[in-house]
Amino acid sequence: MNARVVHIASNTFREAVRDRVLYNLIAFALLLSGAAILVGQISIDIEKLVVINLGLTAVSLFGIVIAIFIGIGLVSKEIEKRTLYTVLSRPVRRWEFIVGKFFGLAGTLVVNTFFMAVGVFAALFYVSHKFVRADALILVALYFIILEFLIICSLALLFSSFSSPLLSAVFAFSLFVIGSFAEDLRGFAGMAHGFTRWLVTGAAYLVPNLSSFNVISSIAHEQPVAGQLIWQNTFYAIFYAAMALSGAVLIFEHRNLK
Amino acid sequence: MKARRKVSILAAVSFVLSLALSAVLLHHIDQLRPRATIEDVLYLNSPKVLKRASLGYGGLLADIYWTRAVQYFGGRNHDSAQSYNLLYPLLNLTTHLDPQLVVAYQFGASFLAPPPPNGAGQPERAVQLMEYGIQNNPNDWKLYYDLGFVYYMNLKDYRKAADAFERGSNVPNAHPFMRLLAAQMAQHAGEFDTARMLWSATYQNSQDKHIRANAVEHLRALRVDEDVTHLQEAVTRFGQVTGRLPLNMAELVSTERLPRVPVDPDGHPYKLTPEGRVEVMVPDDFSFATKGLPPGFEPMPKFHNQQ
Repeated sequence: MNARVVHIASNTFREAVRDRVLYNLIAFALLLSGAAILVGQISIDIEKLVVINLGLTAVSLFGIVIAIFIGIGLVSKEIEKRTLYTVLSRPVRRWEFIVGKFFGLAGTLVVNTFFMAVGVFAALFYVSHKFVRADALILVALYFIILEFLIICSLALLFSSFSSPLLSAVFAFSLFVIGSFAEDLRGFAGMAHGFTRWLVTGAAYLVPNLSSFNVISSIAHEQPVAGQLIWQNTFYAIFYAAMALSGAVLIFEHRNLK
Repeated sequence: MKARRKVSILAAVSFVLSLALSAVLLHHIDQLRPRATIEDVLYLNSPKVLKRASLGYGGLLADIYWTRAVQYFGGRNHDSAQSYNLLYPLLNLTTHLDPQLVVAYQFGASFLAPPPPNGAGQPERAVQLMEYGIQNNPNDWKLYYDLGFVYYMNLKDYRKAADAFERGSNVPNAHPFMRLLAAQMAQHAGEFDTARMLWSATYQNSQDKHIRANAVEHLRALRVDEDVTHLQEAVTRFGQVTGRLPLNMAELVSTERLPRVPVDPDGHPYKLTPEGRVEVMVPDDFSFATKGLPPGFEPMPKFHNQQ
């Protein structure tokens, strides 16, 4: 990878760590250990299910919140603090800045997810006292969650490239919610006719389809994930993130920064 | 510097004091508010809406609703409540959010089916829940077993019980006793034997300590019911022959040529009342028994009373 992109990415990661983003791990650890101990006492026969469901849901939601709230400030904060001008006055191209920021944020989320995954497996061991082969499926769910982060990061960055942080947060969060309903949206499109059908179908394919990344429930019940879904989701996430990043680069390249 | 330290100490004291006072006040407020206002409210009762609102995290929400159902049932059961209005909606939400949550069908049916105060007294809804469970988990033979259990124990519908066990016996890897149960139901003879077989099967097929302990309690109660039935028949026979009631259990034992005074599963001898009723010595030890209890005796409610 381009050395300047790597540099910007590592600086973005360092900045996120300095902003105490990884402090969310403490909240996560408390949540998971509390649930692992409490659920056995107040519910029946779902200790392992809760650890997996709660653990993976928390990994996903914490990560999405981080992706949105860090992502939306990646460009606007640099403009506000005027540090962007210092960066761009050096031999750094605008697209390198955007791509570097993306990889920096994605890296932060991967590290965050790694520590959370360790927590999930530790809690799982606490409640089950052993690991079984099916527990390896959790890694697939974590992989899908990371793919989801790539999409959200790229969208946050896209909005950050032209909008204020507040509006970017609203846009990114709305797309996350709409993306969770993407399958329904395609269903509605199927019911419409004529021009409306084309319009809704277009919208359904434009918004990210996040529902296919959520396999938490089925993995909690030890149901395997089709290999085809793994590679198709991988390429979908890569293409979608690339599309949003290209949009961000396109806008940022033409943005008047004076 | 000194002033700053003073402020810090004051702020720390104020923080701790305010927290403690707010906790005390909250405790008092909780005592003022009736519990029902918090417990008996289901803000969302449409499974479809809730599933959509979960944004794909339905699994976790199902776990939360399942825990809520357990707590609701436990609370009402503890209070010997006669109505369990929220139980079915809570179970319905749980199972629609996560149709693979088999534990919710199994326990849910045993919460719904028995009559109050031990359950909700809604065996038809238990059947509805189990059928939904089977629809979503057709290869889980235990769900057919539980369905047959409800038909047999609570609805006394032997034909449907036989059908449920028969359907379950066709599932791959089903326990061989399913076919046996189906046959037994078809002739619905030997009710004690069938009930014993069902509870023994429940004991053998569950790893949950509550279910196993519950099955043991029911098996003990079954033995009491069977013993009391036989002894009561002996008392009737004695009356028909002598024209009076036996004076005590020893006289009955001698007439019936029993080897000794019969004892309950705890080793206590059964007693004969002056009115000719056979009773257990310690009724509280057999809360699931339906026979051998003093008139008007109210057993302490216990979970899973399906006898």
